[in-house]
Amino acid sequence: MALQSLDITRRSASPTASPQARKTIEIAKLIDVSTCIGCKACQVACSEWNDIREEVGHNIGVYDNPTDLSADAWTVMRFAEEESNGKLEWLIRKDGCMHCADPGCLKACPSPGAIIQYSNGIVDFHQENCIGCGYCISGCPFNVPRISQQDNKAYKCTMCSDRVAVGMEPACVKTCPTGAIQFGSKEDMKQLAASRVADLKTRGYAGAGLYDPQGVGGTHVMYVLHHADKPQQYSGLPKDPQISPAVQLWKGWLKPLATVGIAAAGLFGFFHYITVGPNHADDEEDDTAANVGRKEKQEDKA
Amino acid sequence: MKPQLIRRYSAAERINHWIVAVCFILLALSGLAFFYPAFFWLTGVFGTPQLARIVHPFVGVLMSVAFARQFFRYWHHNLLTRDDIQWMKSVKTVMQGHEVGDTGKYNGGQKGMFWLMCACMAVLLASGIIAWRPYFAGHFPIPLIRIALLAHAWAATILIAGIIVHVYAAFWVQGTIRAMVEGVVSHAWAKKHHPRWYREVTGKQK
Repeated sequence: MALQSLDITRRSASPTASPQARKTIEIAKLIDVSTCIGCKACQVACSEWNDIREEVGHNIGVYDNPTDLSADAWTVMRFAEEESNGKLEWLIRKDGCMHCADPGCLKACPSPGAIIQYSNGIVDFHQENCIGCGYCISGCPFNVPRISQQDNKAYKCTMCSDRVAVGMEPACVKTCPTGAIQFGSKEDMKQLAASRVADLKTRGYAGAGLYDPQGVGGTHVMYVLHHADKPQQYSGLPKDPQISPAVQLWKGWLKPLATVGIAAAGLFGFFHYITVGPNHADDEEDDTAANVGRKEKQEDKA
Repeated sequence: MKPQLIRRYSAAERINHWIVAVCFILLALSGLAFFYPAFFWLTGVFGTPQLARIVHPFVGVLMSVAFARQFFRYWHHNLLTRDDIQWMKSVKTVMQGHEVGDTGKYNGGQKGMFWLMCACMAVLLASGIIAWRPYFAGHFPIPLIRIALLAHAWAATILIAGIIVHVYAAFWVQGTIRAMVEGVVSHAWAKKHHPRWYREVTGKQK
């Protein structure tokens, strides 16, 4: 849900630049999975603040509920049970939009202004411009956007852009009882993460690290992982997320190529006609006035 | 029909052709709107951008059905022969306005265009269904939808360029558009451009 009170750096399907003069601080949300207890308070806060209510689902034998993101569930806790070195590890990750610096959804979106990126880093969907094509779903390397069955428009985490715009933290950050979700400038969050990673390393988590994938230019939702070397363990968090090459080809290379191809066909026709001229059969049996005129012209040429 | 005219396309064939043609124009305009941000305003052919997204695939299905009818009408007229290969090799001569070979109902260029259109239509239909929201896309894996979207845009680009050539060729070879509007061509047209077909339909030797 876009708000104009934040500066916009990029709009979907808009060939010319947005106003760039003002510089604002880049923000980030830091999720420390090592201090998350899986209470789902963040899910509730998200649902409360944003006035979205996912239907009550069914217990499928694990703690995940709702079991997936939806137009009415913009963040979900994913619970993974991993065994390593004879120990069971319960890896809990709060899933949702990563707010990429190079957002695949925005790149894929065909509708001007349906997806916008604020200068603080938040990527937001502007539903009144959404046409429901689902290209954002193809563009996203994290499988986040969902189309509502009710209105055929795409929804996802807004990072509470309405709260951030007035100087407040996102609802999930506000509510987290263990402080596992932190919010601030991206620089501050990186420093905080560094101290958390150092602490985890002293406790034997040699693979601990910050998840801020550079394949999408970095993200504005970052994780502290105890196993940053194996992010896939956290319910399939991609190791090196990137905008798919198919989407890159489609939205990148194909456009100039198609322009040249289509223009070439049209220009070929035009120049062929004005140089070679029309190809007509001399119709002796059909000497209409038009044909007579045409023949005279040809004789003149000869 | 005047005695000196030859019937080339029946009324049913012409209606069939123009259903495909009108669908194609609507689809090309709205499709270009989804492809080029600067042409997004072309979604206006269907009223609003949202309506264009909703209607585009249904028009696509109509075009596919109408084109399939054309495919079954014409495929056997479009089997390539050695003459057609000769025609394709001599395309430069043809473009100077000279005839090449003893052409039947369709020349090598027309046959090539026929099969190109068939291939593009097949790709557009299959990829279009895969990417069609909200009805079908949800049943396909996202990586497949990405490839479908890429293939859809490629096939559409090739088809649009192909149709420009198709329309120009009909305009350039004067008397051709009449075949698809009124259904008839002159003896001279048939004798010059499709001599073998001319002999077949008139029974004349020369």
